[in-house]
Order: sequence, then structure tokens, then C-alpha cells
Amino acid sequence: MSYIPKPKVAHPRLPKNDLGLTERDYEGTVSTLCAGCGHDSITNAIIRAVFELSIPPHRLGKMSGIGCSSKTPAYFVSPSHGFNSVHGRMPSVTTGANAANKDLVYLGVSGDGDSLSIGLGQFTHAIRRNLNMCYIIENNGVYGLTKGQFSASADVGSKAKKGEENQQPPIDPCLLALATGATYIARSFSGDKKQLVPLIKGALTHRGFALLDVISPCVTFNDHVGSTKSYSHTRKYFHQVVGTDFIPPAEEIKTAYEEGEAMPVELHDGSRVVLKKVDKEYDPTSRAKAFSFLRDHANRGEVVTGLLYIHERKGDMHAVGNTVEEPLNSIPYDKLGPGAEVLRKLQQKWM
Amino acid sequence: MTDKRINDVVIKIATVNGTGSASANGLLMKSIFRMGVPVVGKNYFPSNIQGLPTWYEVRVTGAGHKARAGHVDVMVAMNAQTYAEDLAEVAPGGYLVYDSTWPRSKLLDREDVTVIGIPLSKMCNEHFEGARARILMKNIAYVGALAALLDLDLDIIRRNLADTFAKKPALADSNMEAVKLGYDYAVENFPCPLPLTVEKMDKTKGHVVIDGNTAAGLGCVYAGATVGAWYPITPSTSLMDAFSRFCKQLRVDPETGRNNYLIVQAEDELAAIGMVLGAAWNGARAFTPTSGPGISLMNEFIGFAYYAELPVVIFDVQRTGPSTGMPTRTQQSDILSCAYASHGDTKHVLLFPADPHECFTMAPVAFDLAERLQTPVMVLSDLDIGMNDWMVPELTWDEAYQPDRGKVLHAEDLEKIEKFHRYLDTDGDGIPYRSLPGEHPKGSFFTRGSGHNKYGGYTEDADEYQDVVDRLLVKWDTAREMVPAPVIEYSKFNRTAVLTVGSGEAAVHEAVERLAEEGVKLNYCRVKAFPFGQAVKDFIAKHDRVYVVEQNRDAQLRSLLILDAGIDQKKLVPVLHYNGMPMHAGFVVERIREDREKNEAA
Repeated sequence: MSYIPKPKVAHPRLPKNDLGLTERDYEGTVSTLCAGCGHDSITNAIIRAVFELSIPPHRLGKMSGIGCSSKTPAYFVSPSHGFNSVHGRMPSVTTGANAANKDLVYLGVSGDGDSLSIGLGQFTHAIRRNLNMCYIIENNGVYGLTKGQFSASADVGSKAKKGEENQQPPIDPCLLALATGATYIARSFSGDKKQLVPLIKGALTHRGFALLDVISPCVTFNDHVGSTKSYSHTRKYFHQVVGTDFIPPAEEIKTAYEEGEAMPVELHDGSRVVLKKVDKEYDPTSRAKAFSFLRDHANRGEVVTGLLYIHERKGDMHAVGNTVEEPLNSIPYDKLGPGAEVLRKLQQKWM
Repeated sequence: MTDKRINDVVIKIATVNGTGSASANGLLMKSIFRMGVPVVGKNYFPSNIQGLPTWYEVRVTGAGHKARAGHVDVMVAMNAQTYAEDLAEVAPGGYLVYDSTWPRSKLLDREDVTVIGIPLSKMCNEHFEGARARILMKNIAYVGALAALLDLDLDIIRRNLADTFAKKPALADSNMEAVKLGYDYAVENFPCPLPLTVEKMDKTKGHVVIDGNTAAGLGCVYAGATVGAWYPITPSTSLMDAFSRFCKQLRVDPETGRNNYLIVQAEDELAAIGMVLGAAWNGARAFTPTSGPGISLMNEFIGFAYYAELPVVIFDVQRTGPSTGMPTRTQQSDILSCAYASHGDTKHVLLFPADPHECFTMAPVAFDLAERLQTPVMVLSDLDIGMNDWMVPELTWDEAYQPDRGKVLHAEDLEKIEKFHRYLDTDGDGIPYRSLPGEHPKGSFFTRGSGHNKYGGYTEDADEYQDVVDRLLVKWDTAREMVPAPVIEYSKFNRTAVLTVGSGEAAVHEAVERLAEEGVKLNYCRVKAFPFGQAVKDFIAKHDRVYVVEQNRDAQLRSLLILDAGIDQKKLVPVLHYNGMPMHAGFVVERIREDREKNEAA
């Protein structure tokens, strides 16, 4: 926890967003993670994305579980609402929060332990409901706070700091999300802010469950030779298959894309993500093809990144539940309480 | 044989589950109720879908008792598998009705039981087509036989069938034919009616027959709940079924056809309670129904809600533990595990409904208290209340009711203040103010289960931590006088009392009446909530000996009285019923008698 307050001095010429806020207004308290932690880079990418989308800070719900990653919501967008829940249970809390008020923006931050071990059930069931949220896994293959145990995303043969080799096959959250029905699936690397920011913006804007699996090296417990989640290993095997641009609503697509290489997908609010295929074989609209591509490349030890799959038209939890337009938390009681006369009539059959 | 008795008879029907006997048993109970005679219905069913023994018991009680009787006058033995034990259960001088289509072992006969054979299968096989219809009608036919034997009103039975099959009149007619088959055979072959008869009264007016889960589900609709999260578990499942049914009926916006509610069937109880926390944090009235095993799973989040101060409502329809226990049998064995659910120093507000009527009325109370106190509130019903049909006064609603949303600073309030701090006790009652996410930039705060100070900031500082947990105790004392007061009845000045909780009231009340007839006067108290208020302490203080009657092995309510109200344990005599069956008055009378005799001897 930060005992040192962050100085709030803004340069007068800092760029402002549509709300007249600067990027500084989206910052949080000082991070208490280790110096060089990948998570802090993701925090900065989140700040940039939320700032650029001009999300009013108090309309943002920052949801998390337990672990290093789950501490980070304190480090971005202070004037928003954080909910640091219990280990592996952030998806259920977010489900309830979203049930009560679907108009807020929900950004969940989790880790590989939080999502793939203790919280695997909740993670998949939130996907299954197509819960409208952006779900970031800050994936480092290791338990940090308890000092270096392998997590469920550690690769076979990856070495722990003291040399022990992991024997258990990893759970790949992207493959899992493809199999269970997520509608926006991306992978990135904490060290690539350029790739990360548009992916976060797309994920926050997408209506439905958006998963962002971000490889985020743990400098203290998993950044050594022999680890497959280290900075150097990730940089070496990083394989971007789809580049992504995020275009806000009413803004023209200005970049010239090569014919057949770019695929704009319109999101529900009119913004677009433009998918730029780097790898020609890749098809980000086919679950099955994306699945086998990812699996084959994982077998070769490659870290496939980019916006891997998108399906914008599947209804979210509220569409399936056929709820009213108004958030459920703001319906006045006179519309909810059926009254004495209805109660009297209702009981005729029990008399 | 039996002396003539009017409106005082217990009928028990032994069948096989999955054979459709529920509708026949419902018809029997409803017909007696509509004759104006108070009834008690108890369903003893297996944790199984088809093929195992099941029993339904109807107590006809002109005196208006609420508990089961503890004996059987007329046994309808439709299940060969349990024939021996069913016959053995009949009280001396009682009757056994059986399906005489098949031979019956006479080896087991009792001289003090009159056997009445009705060829139910044979008659129905000859009269109806199709295997399923024949099985169903055989059940309806025993209702007909009972109608003759007990002198039930055939017109009322006909009207009940007409109501049930309002949309399929042909079915009403064929069911009535089955009733007549049984009725006519009994009249022609046996002296009808028996000395045990049902006579019309006027004691059910203004009453309904309803189960507690239905009433609680309806109560949640009336309380204004909009989010329900749950995981199916016996015996609480029918609570969410009821909420869902009533919502479809009452909560669909007439203009848009869209729902003013959302029910999420969670992947497990851990998720169900997590959803309730999330929705409550966001200002919706949210709840989850569950049973003991679900409470065990929810513990971590319950502690979170206590510490982060979230208004959560849980209905625990208790069943027989420990572990999986007997899922279709009743108990009050979650009292302690609910009162202190979760690790660390936690304690929770509990409400104890005594019957379905209170399941309805306590639902809005639970939500009001949860929001007023910003803490979990658990309503501890049980299988007996939740799944059995009870005759209770008609439910009423106060049109003036407005939900108590507690101390919430909305956008306009936040606009006026300089800075909002989530956990400050500005009113001295231990209850801070909260804001709802998304309403106003000034309302932002961080919700966490980790150590926090009164401003809502993370802390590992000893004093800051203790400041908050001590303030939670102030809130606890505020809760003490805010929760429903106990029911207290003084018979006459004396120094002995009986104290009970929840569904224990039915049997204890009857026991107190019976003991009074013997000249043993006892004062009566039923606690309706935890923590205990001054009224409970004062009541106990006025007595030398208090029988604490509850339905668990370990005297959990008694422990709670000792722990929370500081009562001298020597004063509290445990009377414990925990075999899974609902308690009956005879049990309570006997235990109290035993204790008195022991004391007099000493």
C-alpha cells in the first residue's frame, strides 16, 4: 500500500479529453508492486484507454479478486468505484453489479491464479453469460504474494526461480474463452502499450464478455532464464497475428489499409475496431479456426497475440434476461410493489 | 372401537413418490379446509425422484393447532414396501385403509386396528383407460373413500376439482368419477361414517393454505427485490421458483413486455452470494435463497459483506445436517453457523419466521434491516415451514409501505458536502453513510475486505483497524433494538417459562396449552431475531427456569442466549428435538414433565 501520496500537479498544456479531463485525472495512488512489474505497465495502458474513451471516472466499476493483479485497481482512476472482492470471485460480484446497473462500465482485473485456479468456475460462467465487461488477466504464470509457486498458466518445462520444472500442462485462458463462448478475445503483452491500448478500448466498448489475456512478467519470481513468462522469452516468441486500431464513433477511418487485409467491426455504440491481419492464415471471425491456430502455435511455443476473436452481435446477460431499459437499481418502488389489491386477488386460490 | 370424535383426526397416506399422489393429498387437505375446519399438512418425502416411500399427513384440528399430532388415526397404506411400519404406526383404536385389489398379509394384523379394504386399483383399471390415468385416479379414489369414512362434503370436493381443472373441465369430471368410485364402495361395504368425522365449522375464514417458500418468494416481490441469485438446493429451491413465478406475473412492464427483475441461476452458492453482494453494492435489493450446505459455501462472502457493510439478504431454509444430512427432513441446526458465519470476528442479524405468514412479512423487514444496518440479514426458515402447506391468516399489505433504503447519499446530497467518507460514524449509531456507484463523482469510494480505516482507505495500522471493528459493535447494539421484538405471553405469575424459536412455536404453543390443562402454567417467549434485545433479557430475568425448545442436537439457540445475552446457563434447560421430523406437542409436554418430576424428586 502506498503511504506516499502522489503529487497532483498537472501541466497546463496536457491534452484533455471530451470531458475536459487530462490523463492525470485518471491516475490512482502510487503502485506498491515491485519495480519493473508488468502489471504497472498494464495499469498505465488502462489509464490511457479510459482517458481516451472519455469515460466519466465515477461511471467506472473497477472489479478485482485477490493477488498482485487484483491490487492494481487502486493504482488507476482513483475517482471511480473499486470493489476488491475475495479470491477468484470477482466475476460473480461483477455479475451482480451489472445485473443491478448495466449502464456502468465494468473493468475487471484478475490474475492467472485468481482466474485459472481458484476462480476458474466463476471465470467461465461469466463468459457463458456473456457478461458485459472487460476482463483483464494479468498473466505471469506464478503466485507472487505467496512467493513463487507455479500457477495454472505456467508452461510445461518452465523453470521456477530455484530450478524446479513445472510438470502440469497450462490452462490457456484464450482457448478456454474460445471454447466457452466469449465474444471478444485478445492476448497482448504488458511490454507493448501500443498494442494494448486499442485492445483495452475495444474491450471496454464491446458489449459482452471481452477477455484480455496480458502476459505480464513477474520481475521478482518469474523473470529468469528458463521461465516462459519472462520479458525476454515473451519478446522473443511474441507473434502478433492481428493488429488492431480503435476508431471512436463518428470518426473517419483515416489510415489506408491494404485491400483484404483490414476488417472493420462496428461496436454497439458506433465505434469500430479495425482488425489488420498480420498473419494471412488467421481468421478472427471463426471460433474453430482461431482455436486450432492458437493451439498449434502454442505447441510450437509461440505467444500468439492480437484481437484473436470477435463476435459483436450475441446478446449479453441483460438481453437474455429481457430486462427493462432502465437500470434495475433505479426503478421506483411504485413500479415494483404490486399493492394490497393484487395480493388479495392472488390469494383466492389458496383459500 | 374409537369413541366418537369430531374434527380431531389424523390421516396419513403412505404412497410411492412419483405416482402423482400429491394432487390427491392436496385435494383432501383443501376440502377439509374449505369445510371451515383447521388443518395441518405435512409431507414426508425422500430425497429421490421416483420409486421411494413418501407420506402425507393431514391433521384435522378443530381446536386450531398448528403442529403435527404425533400419532395417526387413519392410515391409508398404498405402499406395500412400508406396509408393516405403516400398520404399526396406527394408534390403538385406529383404522387402516388399503388397496384390496391385491392380497394383504394377515400375519401383521393388529386386533386394535380396523382394516378397511377398498379395491382401488381394480375399480380404476376397470373404469379408466391408460396406465398413467389409472395410477393417478387410484389416488383420487382413496380421497373418495376417505370422504365417505370421514363424512367429507362431496360438493366441496367437486368444487375443488372444478377450480383445479378450470381449464380442463373434462379432467374435473373424470376425477370426480374416481372420487365417487371410492366413496360408493366405502358406503356400500362399511359402516360410514366412522366415529371420527369432519363437521363443517367456520374457523378457516380469512385464512389461506400456503407454504413458506411461496410466501417468502412473494414477500421478496413486495419488498421490491429486483435481483435474485441462487443455486438450486433442497429445500430452498421452491422459494426462487415462487419469486420467478410471481415476477413473471407481476413484474413485467406492461408497455415494453420487459422485465423489472433479473434472476441469475449461479454456478454454485459461492457465486450466488457474490452476485448478491455486487447487486447490493450497486443499490439493488438483492437476495439469495439457500440451505445449510449453501451457507457453508457462502461463508467467505458473508464475512466480506459484514466488514465492507453491504446490505445482503439470505434465506436459509434449514434442513437436517451435518454435511449432506437428510436433505428432505427438517431441523433448526444452522442457528450458530449463521449467527457467526465467516472467519474473523463476525456476527449477523438473523430473523426467525414461525410460519409461512411470517416468511411473507419478514421479507420486507429483512431488506429494510439489511439496508438500514448495511449488513447481511439472514432469514432462518426451515423445511417444515418452507415446503409444507400451513393454514395461516390471509396475507395483507400496507399500501403506505416504502422501502427503508437506509443511509444513502444520493447525487444531490453529495453535491452539498465537501468530502464523502464511506465509514465515518457521524450519527453515533455505528451506521455510516454509503453512496451508490455511478451517481456522483464525489461519491467514489473503494470497497474492500482488507483492513480499512474509517475514511475507507486501506490500512494496516493497529488503531485505525480497531477503530472500524469497534464501531461495528456499536452498530450491533443499534441492531439489537431495531430487530423484531419477541412474542411474549404470560399465563399467570410464575417463575418457569418456555422459550422457543421459529417453527418450534407450533408444537410449543400446543404443549403450553396442554400443560396448562394439567395445572402446569408456563410463561411463553418466542424470539424472532438475533441479536437479542432487552425484552428477551428481561423476560428470562423474570424466571428461575426457562425451557429452551429447539430443533437441533446441540442447543444452538441456548448457546446463543448465553453468548449474546449473557444468561446464566443453569437457568436454561434444553429441550431438543432433532430427528428430522417436525416436533409435536407431546414431545415437549413429556420433556417438561420429566424435568419437573426430576426436580420435585430432588
